[in-house]
Amino acid sequence: MIGAPDMAFPKLNAAAFWLVPVFAVLLMASFFVPGGPAQAGWWSYPPVSIQNPLGHFFNGQQLWLLAVALSGISSIFGAINFVTTIIRMRAPGMGFFKMPLYCWTAWGAQTIQLIGLPALTGGAIMLLFDLSFGTSFFKPEGGGDPVLYQHFFWFYSHPAVYVMVLPVFGIFSEVFTCYSRKPLFGYKFVALASFGIVFLSLIVWAHHMFYTGTPNWMRILFMFTTMTIAVPTGVKVFAWVATLWRGKLRLTTPMLFCLGGLVNFIFAGITGVMLGTVPIDIHVGNTYFVVAHFHYVIFNAIVLGVFAAVYHWFPKFTGHMYYEGLGKLHFALTFIGCTLNWLPLHWAGLLGMPRRVASYDPEFAIWNVIASVGAFLLGVAAIPFILNMVSSWARGPKAPPNPWGAIGLEWLLPSPPPAENFEDDVPTVLNNPYGYGLDQPQVADEAFYVRRAQEA
Amino acid sequence: MTSSDPSVQLDHTPGHIKHDGHNLTGFVIFLCSESIIFLAFFAGFSLFKLTSPEWLPAGVDGLEVKMPLINTIVLVSSSFVAYFAERYLHKGNLWGFRIVWFITMLMGAYFVYGQYVEWSSLKFGLDSGVFGGTFYLLTGFHGLHVITGIGLMGLMLFHSFRPGNYEKGDMGVTSVSLFWHFVDVIWIILFFLIYVWQRY
Ligand code: HEM
Ligand SMILES: [Cu+2]
Repeated sequence: MIGAPDMAFPKLNAAAFWLVPVFAVLLMASFFVPGGPAQAGWWSYPPVSIQNPLGHFFNGQQLWLLAVALSGISSIFGAINFVTTIIRMRAPGMGFFKMPLYCWTAWGAQTIQLIGLPALTGGAIMLLFDLSFGTSFFKPEGGGDPVLYQHFFWFYSHPAVYVMVLPVFGIFSEVFTCYSRKPLFGYKFVALASFGIVFLSLIVWAHHMFYTGTPNWMRILFMFTTMTIAVPTGVKVFAWVATLWRGKLRLTTPMLFCLGGLVNFIFAGITGVMLGTVPIDIHVGNTYFVVAHFHYVIFNAIVLGVFAAVYHWFPKFTGHMYYEGLGKLHFALTFIGCTLNWLPLHWAGLLGMPRRVASYDPEFAIWNVIASVGAFLLGVAAIPFILNMVSSWARGPKAPPNPWGAIGLEWLLPSPPPAENFEDDVPTVLNNPYGYGLDQPQVADEAFYVRRAQEA
Repeated sequence: MTSSDPSVQLDHTPGHIKHDGHNLTGFVIFLCSESIIFLAFFAGFSLFKLTSPEWLPAGVDGLEVKMPLINTIVLVSSSFVAYFAERYLHKGNLWGFRIVWFITMLMGAYFVYGQYVEWSSLKFGLDSGVFGGTFYLLTGFHGLHVITGIGLMGLMLFHSFRPGNYEKGDMGVTSVSLFWHFVDVIWIILFFLIYVWQRY
């Protein structure tokens, strides 16, 4: 997308990647140590996470913490690589305001990793010391403070949700413009809003701690900051809607997934603002309302966006076209499934069903039954997807360099692109990649690159 | 939009992307990120110091400052020494670089030794409440960075004996001395937090 032949540090890239199986094994190994794996949930709040009832030095919680630390290191390697590549290896002429939005959002997301992860790692190290080496950072009896851990944890883990969603904002921007044949509305604002989100995401973390002994002034403060994050997010949402407005819409599979994802994202953003309101959160915190909120974002918006990206770039990745019919079937099943799955759980939560329970009262049964139906439907939805991917990759029709008439450097290459992309002949960028219908070339000598890709 | 008529010859100059010289950028990004972990520890320390009902463990009435002060002076001046080594390298004086660089390493080693002496004279341990915990965590984590820095400097010294190595550029040395300045600045903050602040 930026014309680079590779990442800035290919070896670091490989190291980051191969750390993944290493910490995966470490994590899985925790099932086989005495006492079993970590049992403190993903929050791993003390005191639960620093109990070691069997007294073994090596225990599941410890392996969990080591795995978290290693995955943090791997992510930091990756983030350094992404940011350096975006800063230094753009095609000639590609100023920051000519970059694809996906690169802006990836840059923002990786910046969050660079700022947030070290704090989490610091907290994890302190937790590990409390667990294994007798310190008392989070133990009140030694002068420590368990709530401090929550600050470390959420200082990373709230921004982490934006690490997930920002790239999907990028995908939305690529897909909506391409399939509505219109320039992105307010390109500069959408680009800058990414960093607005980065900044704000770093100052809202205590909205996860409204009901854990947080003083009132802090609650009010963080309620306020949480509300402000709706501003840059709103900028983006309105820009997409304005882009779609009166566009020449083509309802292809990626477009459908993005439209579905956008609708769900708006819904989830609203429940997010509800949760960010202290008086509401005190009541519904730790209920299924929270579970419904974050699944709406993470599955119904983010995963749908990722599916859109898989379809949109599938021809580019593999050199084959996917089957549109199967794709649309996949979308329909997914959209219905995810709605059935998560919408009813908002009601269960509002009625007071607590999260993290093995069983529930009969009054919640109806919502849970609907959710289960939705969950099975989602399972079924995977069938056309896998079928589509496997069969189109194996023998789908051959993909031309630019099947969607999309603008962007990657579409000036043959499908699939050669190993080093443009190698020694990188196009000089003139305009941002959203000049749909404007009759402005994205790069100098566009005809040359188009022909070269077609002839390859 | 575009013509794909192969008979038309297109006028074209190829464009290029730089392939190397990214190391310093990457390293600076790494240092920024690394500083956050220290910030997290500093924040934790300050919070404990301000809010903990009993700060000093029983039988301990503060930390000796003289020895750490000498250590601080050595470490801070070693940063300047490293700078001079770098200057020699830029002027192409390889032996000047090697000698002064080695002096920097010795000063770093002295710091670690001083730290070791201090640690072994202390009457409290890692498990002596948040005071002991934060003390060893901060100084230990910083000490690990010092040791890493000395190791990296050793590596650079070793590289300098490979013929022709520094004609291609000295990115390694620039990054390592940047790392050394970083470790130095962290120590100054640490010194003020742990040793100076205890009096107030
Ligand atoms: C943009 C994508 C978002 C993602 C991926 C996301 C994800 C999550 C997750 C995973 C949790 C639950 C964490 C846990 O307790 O285990 C959560 C809770 C929460 N979210 Fe979001 N969220 C997003 C957007 C928002 C927005 C826009 C707001 C507010 C404006 C918001 C406000 C909240 C609040 C206040 C909670 C805490 C609820 C509680 O624990 O009582 N979220 N979110
Ligand atoms: Cu949050």
